[in-house]
Parts: sequence; C-alpha cells; structure tokens
Amino acid sequence: MKTFDYVRPATIPEAVAAASAPGAAYLAAGTNLVDLMKGGIAQPGRLVDIGHLPGLDRIEHMPDGGVRIGALVRNADLAYDRDFARRFPAVAEALLSGASPQLRNAATVGGNLMQRTRCAYFYDLASACNKREPGSGCDALGGENRLHAVLGWSESCIATHPSDFCVPLVALNATVEIEGAAGRREVPVESFHRLPDGHPERDSVLEPGELITGVRLPAEAAGFAGHARYLKVRERTSYAFAVVSAVAALRIEDGAIAEARIALGGVALKPWRVRDAEASLADARPDAPAFREAARIALADARPSGENGFKIELARRIVTRALTLAAAGTPDRVPALPASPFAPVPGELSHV
Amino acid sequence: MSFSITLTVNEVARTVTLDDPRVTLLDLLRERLDLTGTKKGCDRGQCGACTVLVDGRRINSCLALAISHDGAQIRTIEGLAKGDELHPVQAAFIAHDGFQCGFCTPGQIMSAVGLIEEAQAGADPERVREGMSGNLCRCAAYAGITRAVLDAQERMAGAGRKDAA
Ligand SMILES: Cc1cc2nc3c(=O)[nH]c(=O)nc-3n(C[C@H](O)[C@H](O)[C@H](O)COP(=O)(O)OP(=O)(O)OC[C@H]3O[C@@H](n4cnc5c(N)ncnc54)[C@H](O)[C@@H]3O)c2cc1C
Ligand code: SF4
Ligand code: FES
Ligand code: FES
Repeated sequence: MKTFDYVRPATIPEAVAAASAPGAAYLAAGTNLVDLMKGGIAQPGRLVDIGHLPGLDRIEHMPDGGVRIGALVRNADLAYDRDFARRFPAVAEALLSGASPQLRNAATVGGNLMQRTRCAYFYDLASACNKREPGSGCDALGGENRLHAVLGWSESCIATHPSDFCVPLVALNATVEIEGAAGRREVPVESFHRLPDGHPERDSVLEPGELITGVRLPAEAAGFAGHARYLKVRERTSYAFAVVSAVAALRIEDGAIAEARIALGGVALKPWRVRDAEASLADARPDAPAFREAARIALADARPSGENGFKIELARRIVTRALTLAAAGTPDRVPALPASPFAPVPGELSHV
Repeated sequence: MSFSITLTVNEVARTVTLDDPRVTLLDLLRERLDLTGTKKGCDRGQCGACTVLVDGRRINSCLALAISHDGAQIRTIEGLAKGDELHPVQAAFIAHDGFQCGFCTPGQIMSAVGLIEEAQAGADPERVREGMSGNLCRCAAYAGITRAVLDAQERMAGAGRKDAA
C-alpha cells in the first residue's frame, strides 16, 4: 500500500476543503477503499476520514412521509431499522443480501453507492483496464467475461456496478444529497452512476471533493411496501456479488397493477431501471403473461459483451420471478435467506 | 508523521503510537499488542478470520484502519474467558465440535458472540447459518458451528447472560 496523509475533519466544510486537493479520497468504513489500496488499485495521497463527522449517522422519517438516510448510516443499521424495513422492504432485503454481517456492520450508505466495480481485470495491475488507467484498453473484452455487462456497455468498458442497495433505490426514485465547494445539490440515484461513455474511469457524476451527505426516499416509495421484492442470483448461497439481480415493486388496486417499478443489478455499469417494462404493466392483471412480457421488454436492448449471453435469459427469468413474488405480497419479515432465488414461488410460475 | 491513538482492548486502555497510518486494526492487535488470537486469513474482507467486536459490533479488522478507530472499545477472542471459565460460546464450540484445525475459530466465535448480541437470528438454524455466512471454514465444520451457536444462545438467554457478551 502506498502511504498517505491522514486527516480527520470535524465539520463537513472542512472535509470538503481537505478532499478537494488532488489525490485525496474520503474514507468511510474502508471496506472497499482499504481493499483497493492494499491491491494498489487506489493510491490516494491523502485520506479524509469522514467516519467521525457529526450528524450523518441518522435515519430521519420526515413529516412529508419521506425518509432521509445519513451517508454514515451503516448498511446493517438501515436494514434492521424496523420503521424503515416496514416501509421500504425491498431496500432492506437488498441490503441484507449483500456482503456479510461483519461487512454490513461497518459499510456505510455513502460507501455503498461509491463502491467500485468487481471486474477482475480492474483489480489486476498487470491487465489493461480503462477504468483504472484511462486509455490502456480493456482486457475483459475477449477475456473472462461471463459476469460482465449485457446492457449499456461499450468497447471501452464492459464492467458492472456491484451494489445491491442501489437497485431498489433507483426503482424507488431515491436521490443523493451532495455537498461540495460550490454548495449543495441533489441528484437522482438513477443519474448518479455513469455508463462508460468515453470516460470509464469516472464511476459517477460526483466531482472531486464532493461529499455524499445522505440519500432520500420520497414518501410515494412507501406506497409499494405491500408488494416489493429483491431477488439476487449468486454463485454461492450467500456472501457473493450478484450475477444478476432484480427488484420488483407493485402497487395493486382492485386486482390490477396501478403502478410497477422494476430495476436490474449486475447487468450494467449502473443500476438499471426499465421504465418501458414498468409501463407495460400499468392497468394489467398481475399474472404470468403480463410478467413475462414485462421481462421481455426489460431485456429487449440487451446484448452479450462476451461469454455472457446466458445472463440475458437469466435476467428475464429473475425479473419474471421477482414480479411474481412481489405480486404474492411482501413477507412480514425479510426471509432467512434474503433475496434467494431458491425460495418457492407461488402458483403457475414455480418452474421459471 | 506519527499518531497516538488510544483503544480499550478487552477492557484495558492501550495507547499506541503509530508512525505509519497504514496499519490495520488486525495488524495492530497482532503485531503491536501481541494479541495473536485474531487470525489473518485473506486480509481482504473475504473470510471472517479477523472478526473482532468494535464498540460491540462484529467487523472485519483487516479492512479497518487502526487510526480511524481512535477511542474505540475492542473485544477480541482473548477477552472472552473469565480466567479459566470459558465464555458460553467457547464452551459450546468445544461441546459441539465446532472446529477442526481451529484457524477460523477465533473469528467464528467472535462472530457468534456478535450475532447473539444482534438478536436477529433467533432459534432458526437457517437464520443462524446465514448470520454466520461471513465466516468461512476451510475444514467445513459448519454443522457443528451452527449447533454450537444455537446452543450457546439458548444457554446465555437461560442464564440471563446475554449482556455478558
Ligand atoms: C468480500 C466483500 C463482499 C462484498 N459483497 C457485496 C455484495 O454482495 N453487495 C454489495 O452491494 N456490496 C458488497 N460489498 C461491498 C460493500 O458493500 C462496500 O465495500 C461498502 O458498501 C463500502 O462502504 P464503506 O463505508 O466501507 O466505504 P469505503 O470503502 O470507505 O469507501 C468506498 C468509496 O466511497 C467513497 N466514499 C465513501 N463515503 C463517501 C461519501 N460520503 N461521499 C463521497 N464519497 C464517499 C470513498 O472515497 C471510496 O472511494 C462487498 C465487499 C467485500 C469486501
Ligand atoms: S471491463 Fe471496465 S473495469 Fe474491467 S478491464 Fe475493462 S475497462 Fe477495466
Ligand atoms: S482476514 Fe479479514 S476477512 Fe479474511
Ligand atoms: S476449523 Fe479449520 S478452517 Fe475452520
């Protein structure tokens, strides 16, 4: 690991000022950053430790029904907050399907949004990687790319974004609160992460020095609480990143779908919301043909970036299954195996 | 640059001067405080061998920078037994064959203590298995580990000892 200066600001403005220097990086829990520093992938010259900043570790239920989650709230604390989990169950389920209990006890909300891709070539300093070293090429193209992107990729980078938490966040219209030298701004989570578009080294729209202070969920997001599920295919039962994941959230009125939300994880360099597929479900009966059609539309633009064509059909099935489980109703408590695709599926779709 | 940090480790205040900010909590415990019960498996957050309790919560000490935990309360495997009297989780691991080579065991036990404290799993073996999934065991002693955790949890609840964790 390259050595660094360590600073521990006492206030947000001090943090922003300290992190605006070239080569500076924020340190939250370090579960991603310290790993990247050990591997030499990240080499910050200065670490700005935000772990002790006051006021960023609260979950606030707002008078208007929305919720504001401070950037330093631990992943586990959010998932186990009873009010939060009751109102936003798919977010809790996604959080609990990620990493391990120890990592979730440490990992913060801001760090989860900012975690970097798990592409093995990004981690391997001997490989060409445009994300790590702009212009060097992409060894994942034509390499081991079973787990790489099938949507929104370009030849410059075919990696995926690894976060589970962000998938329900984009479906539920969450926003990111950002504070920088130029003041505050708020960005929808959906436009926070970037596709490769010429600059694969830039994961998000965050400018150097800008600090995430929190994430907001609007009141209307709680309207899906009765029918919301996250499903995640992993290469082992637990403690693994998504091969493909999906969130499905429905508002069902008088036996018909009033509104649907669907987003996918593990398929692109950002959490992937599918509005056309959502629209296809408006006023539909929540049944297998409607869900299969929505899944078809969701993956209509998908194409393999290598030996990963299987992910397209897998994603269709996971979308269909997530919709089926959501329609059956949110369980009272996050299941013992959160987001597991092995759980029994009610009714006619049990074989998909 | 050197930094002085104070940690309470197993109820004893320890002040350490770090001449390098790169030291992880794991390396600090093992190399500077001679508490080698906490193990280094992967050193990258992937195995759980380095699990300790920080301010009562189980975390991976290999990804935690020591310097950012100034003032924290740390509990390691060395701090569980009271003299010759084993902690109920330690005793249960022995009673249920919760290990073979023993390398992962300090991490497993600290993780189990944290899991019982979190009180999310209850008596459901599937929730206990999932709750212990952050600790890999190369010897695959998983069946014994699950039994040990369930048994220890029951005994601790019975003895009203939960807060003795
Ligand atoms: C073995 C392993 C398995 C994992 N499995 C999963 C999984 O299945 N699903 C999943 O979603 N995640 C998984 N993770 C990733 C984990 O969720 C992230 O490491 C964690 O969320 C990062 O949070 P942190 O607080 O530790 O961030 P840090 O490591 O401290 O920071 C990460 C990045 O975010 C930046 N940053 C942090 N906070 C802010 C802020 N407030 N404003 C601006 N920038 C900020 C840092 O500068 C850094 O670049 C796994 C991690 C490991 C090690
Ligand atoms: S896919 Fe992206 S992250 Fe992976 S090697 Fe190519 S450029 Fe790097
Ligand atoms: S040594 Fe820390 S998780 Fe493996
Ligand atoms: S007992 Fe050998 S690794 Fe677990």
